[in-house]
Amino acid sequence: MLSIKNLQAKIEDKEILKGINLEVKPGEVHAIMGPNGSGKSTLASVLAGREEYEVTGGEVDFLGKDLLDLDADERAREGVFLAFQYPVEIPGVSTTNFMKTAINQVREHRGEKPLDAVAFLKLMKEKMKLVEIDQSLLSRSLNEGFSGGEKKRNEIFQMAMLEPKLAILDETDSGLDIDALKTVANGVNTLKSADNATIVVTHYQRLLDYIVPDYVHVLYKGRIVKSGTKDLALELEAKGYDWIKEEAEATV
Amino acid sequence: MEKLAGKKVLEALETRFQAFEAGLNGHANSEAHSIRKEAFDHLMKTGLPHAKHEEYKFTNLTKTLEKNVSFADSSSTSTELSTKDAGIANLDAYRLVFVNGKLDEEASSRIEIDGVKITTLSDAIYREEIQFNKEAVHSDDSFVAMNTAFAENGISIEVADKTVIDKPIFLQFIGDHEDYNVRNLFTFGKFSEATIIEKFDSANGAKFSNAVNEISVDVQANIQYFKIENDKTDSIHFASTLVSQQKDSKFTANTIALNGEMVRNNLSIRIEGEGCQAYMNGLYLLEGKTHVDNHTVVDHRSPNTYSNELYKGIMNDRSRGVFNGKIFVRQAAQKTNAFQSNKNILLTNDATINTKPQLEIWADDVQCSHGCTTGQLDKDALFYLMARGIKKDRAIAMLLHAFASDVLDNLENKAIQDYVEEIITKRLEE
Repeated sequence: MLSIKNLQAKIEDKEILKGINLEVKPGEVHAIMGPNGSGKSTLASVLAGREEYEVTGGEVDFLGKDLLDLDADERAREGVFLAFQYPVEIPGVSTTNFMKTAINQVREHRGEKPLDAVAFLKLMKEKMKLVEIDQSLLSRSLNEGFSGGEKKRNEIFQMAMLEPKLAILDETDSGLDIDALKTVANGVNTLKSADNATIVVTHYQRLLDYIVPDYVHVLYKGRIVKSGTKDLALELEAKGYDWIKEEAEATV
Repeated sequence: MEKLAGKKVLEALETRFQAFEAGLNGHANSEAHSIRKEAFDHLMKTGLPHAKHEEYKFTNLTKTLEKNVSFADSSSTSTELSTKDAGIANLDAYRLVFVNGKLDEEASSRIEIDGVKITTLSDAIYREEIQFNKEAVHSDDSFVAMNTAFAENGISIEVADKTVIDKPIFLQFIGDHEDYNVRNLFTFGKFSEATIIEKFDSANGAKFSNAVNEISVDVQANIQYFKIENDKTDSIHFASTLVSQQKDSKFTANTIALNGEMVRNNLSIRIEGEGCQAYMNGLYLLEGKTHVDNHTVVDHRSPNTYSNELYKGIMNDRSRGVFNGKIFVRQAAQKTNAFQSNKNILLTNDATINTKPQLEIWADDVQCSHGCTTGQLDKDALFYLMARGIKKDRAIAMLLHAFASDVLDNLENKAIQDYVEEIITKRLEE
């Protein structure tokens, strides 16, 4: 589904990704872990198409298409979804209106008819239950005045609405209490299928108790320095990142 | 008049005024004419604003007029602009159409409302109880003086005490002369309620319109005033709306500027009575090389009064916006609350905005605030929308609609909201 080869990227002359290789197949959950500043969020942003980052080398193939050749909106319509670490507050744009525009642009791209108001509301009601988000939030301006937990729920709600093929969750656990974390994880797990894949970017192992990964990769200084199963995450939780750093430095 | 600015214009106007006086017949000794004569003399003495004039330093209207307008006696240039094209869809209103300031009775609705007296300006100003220049006398602007001296056309609308007009009165101004002046007089009686909508459009070749409104709002009246300007790209428009408010009245001005070469909107509200509320909403959506200058003044002269001003601008291409908002709170105007906000988005590096709040407060027990912001479109917000599959153009349109939404919400008229929203969307699709 997703094949990343030797991906390199920089922002304002600062090299952040220094050659990432990653293969993600349908049905898989990959966790990307690593200490602060290792490039985790950059990887998520580059995959979603944020323009501030300049890709300086490498390839990314997504379902047979050159992902790097597509703008952020085209990637989203092809089925890439980024759940933001810091969802943006946009006063004056209602969540409902925004979601309706997005879903109908995605449907148009897939050659499907736009949803009418009734069908849209029905879909919305159904997906709202999944992340236990309140209707009153959705009639407000997008993320405006939402608590940290509400913002994250809103991200997963949007993911549920858009049904992406590849979901990238960027530090979705940050700022969540344990109940909200469970709700969000439960939402993600319900959306999982044999046809879609998930990349979970996280600093802590905690989220991975609820969204169980098939593979865990450790990112350090812009490279994946170690890959393993979910046991690797537990090891990191127990031992911290220092041993990974030492190992990585030793091989350089 | 060697040292005066705008000499070329003044010379042409002098010839015009002499011709006008020669054709006056019986009205040469009227009070109205003495007002005109005084205004004309003032104009000839002070000239047009020079390049460094404090009120015109970002908007060199004098130079632009000298370059583009002959002020010779002009005749009709073209009439390709239909009143329908220049209208507002689904606007339910009494409509009066003016061509070069002159009422076109055939194109206008017949308005018969109890308590509402509508007469042409020329009929109104020679009556005994003259309202002409009642508000404009407070202005020292040369372009207002020009209008006082030369405006022969326009409308007078008098609304009697306690009269509530069921629908807006829509005044549609279309210009096809090289230049024209129009003067409108509005007198709103005690406890009256009305909505006035003005719209200005010009045909190709119509270069300059000078529109002055005098609006008197009596005790406890509630008046909504809209001004929508959407001229051709080579048109120059000057407007001055001069308002006075008496006790416990409410006046709302909504000023929307959309196109033209140079547009100057003066809005001046004198709060003369206690307990008044004044609202000023403004929106300017500029593209190409359009230059729009909004100068507002709210003058709190009585206690317990309230004013709230919100102006927002979106500048594209090489367009230029100017905002100057003055708030005066006189010594007598204790317990005044006055708020002002001006926010701008520049869509290109070549677009500019000059914004200046100006507060002068003599009273000590008041609450005043002002703020202005200028920025570009929020890149993070744009990325967020695009990351959900929304195309870039559409995402930009959503953000601009959102930016303008609080001003648009204040308009309280669906047809006008739709009209403006459609223009925002259409411009972005070009």
